[in-house]
Formats: sequence, structure tokens, C-alpha cells
Amino acid sequence: MSEWTLFEIFIRSKHGLNHKHVGSVHAVDAEMAIENARDLYTRRNEGVSIWVVPSASITATASDEKEPLFDPSEDKVYRHASFYELPDEVGHM
Amino acid sequence: MYAQQVETGTKAIKSLAEMGPEERAFQEKIDAEIKIEPKNWMPDNYRKTLIRQISQHAHSEIVGMLPEGNWVTRAPTLKRKLQLMAKIQDEAGHGLYLYSAMETLGADRDEEIEKLHSGRAKYSSIFNYPTLNWADMGAVGWLVDGAAIVNQVPLQRTSYGPYSRAMIRVCKEESFHQRQGYEILLHMMRHGTQAQKDMVQDAINRLWWPSLMMFGPSDAESPNSAQSMAWKIKRHTNDELRQRFIDQTIPQLELLGCTVPDPDLKWNEERGHYDFGEIQWEEFYEVLKGNGPCNRERLETRRNAIQDGAWVREAAVAHANKKQKQQAAA
Repeated sequence: MSEWTLFEIFIRSKHGLNHKHVGSVHAVDAEMAIENARDLYTRRNEGVSIWVVPSASITATASDEKEPLFDPSEDKVYRHASFYELPDEVGHM
Repeated sequence: MYAQQVETGTKAIKSLAEMGPEERAFQEKIDAEIKIEPKNWMPDNYRKTLIRQISQHAHSEIVGMLPEGNWVTRAPTLKRKLQLMAKIQDEAGHGLYLYSAMETLGADRDEEIEKLHSGRAKYSSIFNYPTLNWADMGAVGWLVDGAAIVNQVPLQRTSYGPYSRAMIRVCKEESFHQRQGYEILLHMMRHGTQAQKDMVQDAINRLWWPSLMMFGPSDAESPNSAQSMAWKIKRHTNDELRQRFIDQTIPQLELLGCTVPDPDLKWNEERGHYDFGEIQWEEFYEVLKGNGPCNRERLETRRNAIQDGAWVREAAVAHANKKQKQQAAA
């Protein structure tokens, strides 16, 4: 299988949601990756659209970057709706 | 159970105080039910144990297709044949989900498959038993997939993210397998001739004890369980899962109107569980060593499949290369 490329598979489910990562397949090219992904990940109507991306093409954040990248948003509670207290008379907003 | 005896390479479980800072942070994440992802730091033994466990699990799915493959051309009706093929295709899919999860740990799929084919990797003992009559397809779906579900449901919460996600997909599909198996048996018992009813009982007689062995040795004989449980790559002991399986299966057995070949099986009001007889562990260890009724045949079938398919894989690569050249020239 060393000559075959590893592809990551993304599927859009029926309900108009984003494509979502579901797993990976090996294939000789993108076309075969789509065929394999169809057989492997959509046997029960799980999707209406498939993306395949060579795994090597994905650039990801490193696990040791987690704090510098994501911590800054942690103390910004005012970005959440629940931060703002309104009187009951306002009703649902 | 699909992974029955996984060596963890550790003699004693370390306390948090005995761990270095990286390992302590890792164990604290696990204790807090935070998933470990492929690029996170993990102890070497955690990685190696998971590769062993997930590859055994994957091999079991793949070898598990063979006892059922025996009945594709012998299924009694077209409907049953289609159902059986769909189930077998699912097993292939489960194997592939698991191999993918294993690869995220840095293992090579070809290398792990080669370990299976050369007899160095294990797979579940259950698939080394023959499937002799049509009722075996029902009994395999009901008992073997039933035992698999009992094992796999808790593994959805396993600590390693890709393994957990693969288990969630697998579990969604397994219940079809068990229901189709039970329906085969129920149909034979309710509408079958006496000979067909006898087949059902015969299938249960042969597969009952091997199904109970699927959960692996008793807790006293499972030296690796404690470490696997501390890492949360195993969430319940073998004996707990075996008991759970028996408790949920016996009422279904009674509905079929069948029995199991265990004179000691009896409801224990005090424990709130069924008591059951002694498992013949010598048989289990012999099958695991390669001396079960079908071990050789199973591995030979797998090796032939890989060898006979070599030209297809080569042709696929040649075709992809040709297409690429044509596109580059155009």
C-alpha cells in the first residue's frame, strides 16, 4: 500500500450541514478515493457530497500551540450572549 | 473480546507521583475523560498497546467475514443472500475504520496485515470455528455480534479519540447485524420444519461456549487489564462484560424456545445475575495458539486474497500513473 496515497474524507450529510471529517481511505488517486469513500462511509445514506483531500496536504495546529492559540479567547466572556443580564420584562432576546 | 489478550508491556501501574511531568499531564487528561488525539504526547507503551489492540480488533473484523462468506452462495433465498452480503460488507468497513484509526498512531497498515498473515498477530478466537449449517448465520449474528456489541459499546468512550470515533460508527451498524441474526433464528423456530428447528439448537450448542470465550480470560488471568483500564482503553473487566452478555441473552434464548449447553446455568436471585458453568479455558488457549478447527484455513484464505489481488493493485497504480501523464500532456 506504500504507493497508495492516504486521503482524508469529508462528507456533507443530507441536512445542508458543513462537510465533516469522517475518516480516511487509501487510494491511487482522488477519483478512486471518492469511490472508496462512497463504499466505506455512505452505505446508509449518510451523505450527499464527498470531499477527498490528500492527508499530506493538510496543515494542522500543533498540540503544543494549544495555549497560545486558544487561551486568549477564554477570558472574553463578554463575547457570549449569556454575559448580558436583562430584566425579565424584555422577554426572549 | 475482539482483542482478547493485549500485552501492555507494563508490570505495575505507576501512581501520579511516580510519573514524569509529561506522563502525569497525560494521565490527568485521561482521568478527566479528555480524549487523547494523534499528535498529543503519549507514553510509548500506550501507543504500542493501542496499536496491538486496534489491529487485533481490525483483523477480527476482516477474518470475521470468512465464516459468513461460506454462506453467501448457500443462502436459502435471495433476500437472505442480500442481507448477508450487506452484513459482510459492513464487517469490511469496520475493519477499515479500525485500520485507519491504527494508522493515526504511526503504524503501517501493510506491516500489521503482514503480522496477521505470518501468524504473529492475533484475532478473535471465535472466527476459528466453522459455520456448518444455515442456522449458524443466525447464531453468529445474534451471539457473536451480540457479544461484540457488549464489548464495543463501552469502547465508544475509550480514551483515544480516533478509536472512540471508529467505535461510534461501528456500534451504529452492529445492531442491524444482531437483529438480522436473531430474526433468522426466530423465523426457523416459528415457521421451520423439525429438522430446521434442530439446526438452530445445534448452532447454539456449538457456538455458545466459544461466544462466552470472546470476552477473554477471567479477570484473575488477565494481568494486563489493570493498566488498560487505567488508560481507559478498556472500560470494564472481561468477567463483567461476559456476565452482562449472558444476562441479556438468556431471555432472548427463552423466547426462541432453545437451550444452552450448560447444566449450571441458573438465575441467581441474590446476585441478580445468571450463574453459569466453568469455561473450558484450555480450548480457548489452544485456539488462540493457532490450533482451533479453522485457524489454518482462515489465514490461508487471507494470504491468498492478498496474493491473488496483487495484480489488481498494480494495475490500479499503473492506470493512475497513465492518467496523470495524459493530463500533464494535455
